[in-house]
Amino acid sequence: MLELVNVRKTFNPKTVNEKVALDGLNLRLEEGDFVTVIGGNGAGKSTMLNAIAGVWPIDSGRIAIDGYEVTHLPEYRRAALLGRVFQDPMTGTAATMQIEENLALAARRGQGRTLKVGITRQEREAYREKLAKLGLGLEDRMTAKVGLLSGGQRQALTLLMATLKKPKLLLLDEHTAALDPRTAAKVLALSEQIVTENHLMTLMVTHNMRDAIRYGNRLIMMNEGRVILDISGEEKKRLTVEMLMDAFAKASGEAFANDRILLSF
Amino acid sequence: MNITSLLNALPGAVAQSLIWGIMAIGVYITYKVLDLADLTVDGTMATGGAVCVMLMLGGVNVWLALACAVLAGMLAGLMTGIFHTAMGIPPILSGILTQLSLYSINLAIMGFKANQGINVTKYDLIVSQRNVRALGLSNPIVTTLVVLALVIGVLYWFFGTELGSSLRATGANAAMSRAQGINTNVCKILGLMISNGIVALSSAMLAHYQGFVDVNMGRGAIVIGLAAVIISDVLFGKLFRNFALKLTGVAIGAVIYYIVIQVVLWLGLNTNLLKLLSALIVAVFLAVPHWKANMQGGKGRA
Repeated sequence: MLELVNVRKTFNPKTVNEKVALDGLNLRLEEGDFVTVIGGNGAGKSTMLNAIAGVWPIDSGRIAIDGYEVTHLPEYRRAALLGRVFQDPMTGTAATMQIEENLALAARRGQGRTLKVGITRQEREAYREKLAKLGLGLEDRMTAKVGLLSGGQRQALTLLMATLKKPKLLLLDEHTAALDPRTAAKVLALSEQIVTENHLMTLMVTHNMRDAIRYGNRLIMMNEGRVILDISGEEKKRLTVEMLMDAFAKASGEAFANDRILLSF
Repeated sequence: MNITSLLNALPGAVAQSLIWGIMAIGVYITYKVLDLADLTVDGTMATGGAVCVMLMLGGVNVWLALACAVLAGMLAGLMTGIFHTAMGIPPILSGILTQLSLYSINLAIMGFKANQGINVTKYDLIVSQRNVRALGLSNPIVTTLVVLALVIGVLYWFFGTELGSSLRATGANAAMSRAQGINTNVCKILGLMISNGIVALSSAMLAHYQGFVDVNMGRGAIVIGLAAVIISDVLFGKLFRNFALKLTGVAIGAVIYYIVIQVVLWLGLNTNLLKLLSALIVAVFLAVPHWKANMQGGKGRA
């Protein structure tokens, strides 16, 4: 379960660049929820994910993951509960380290790091199997530096790293936005497969309304740092892009103005 | 310009440069592994020698004195690490602050004298200039090679452990490391401590080698360290992939740097201009990747 209660975050307070990014945000996810998140530029989608991950402290409000109060925990402590994939394929992996080393780091998320050997032989075998499942041929390149991989391969690897140790919550932050359409579709399909197999509670930010409708059991729309639309179950299955546009206009009182979203129909 | 005078100077240059090679490995850990330029080393490069010499003059056993020198270096690294992480000061400035404070601390350690001598006939020094032509284990080149091998071996083991891997990850991608549950602040502090511990060991050995410790002996150490790291990158970057080989390359880089300096001196350069020359050489080598990237960018646009 994920609980966000009245979360507020203002960037650059008391300056000309002041920006209220989260304005009393409330959200509750149940076990097994796969929620897609849409909204215009600056609606607070990525900010919400960063608030949950603890990239910076929030101004007020409360965040709890799986019953653990994490509001005041630093980012590295919350990591034990979270799996994260980022928009930029460079962010989720260490480019100068090997594929298997990256996986070994992820496998120890939430554990103390000791003077035991960084990667064991049994681990290598397990990673080889998991990499083979991705179908990208990475199982034969386990000692290659991650910097040599393509964006799509890196996102697939990050996805595997995020779920290697089953997280309580998976955060996907526009993780296919930087990929070409075919690769994006592959990574999305892979994401759904991993989420379904592991019954992961997931928050997936996307700028593609069709993807937002196609994936997950619940869809939320954000505007000005708040959730303005929350659709789930049968109702979500009947959603169309046009309905979402209308719903946005009604809820926010303005037309849906986001070039990137309009272009990605 | 007599070639024999150059050849005569070579064994000494090699011995000394191998000691500096140990320091360069310390610089490698911060500069390459952690991706921080740590200027603490200019101070630590005198601290290690000061602690070791003063303890030995006070009758402490040589090995214990060396251990204390390493510990003192680690404390200096801890100080820089706290400046950087807990107090949010940029790494270069944190190093400069520690370095400055170390000047006073080093003087205090040395009883407020600018230098302190230690005589090889009276004290059990592990390396000495006097034995540079000796055969066998008393030769400083042999001893230093043994110490180098030990340092490289221990570092190779450490950076293969879970903890060592998290240090490498911190330097490679701090955001990713935190997302994987690594406390990047602790890793940075630990890396700075290890680096400065190694630098202090080198400092203590240099004091042994030259028979005295001087409060200014670390001045410009970071530049020598960077020179060694860069020379190794340019010459062996493609060849040495293994971490232990990379560290070895850095030590060789220090030797090459010193031999070049010896040749330049032999060609008649005024010794006082040496630091200017070093700085310019390092500046040019640091600029090479930038220039290369610019040239490639130009080609891409055309």
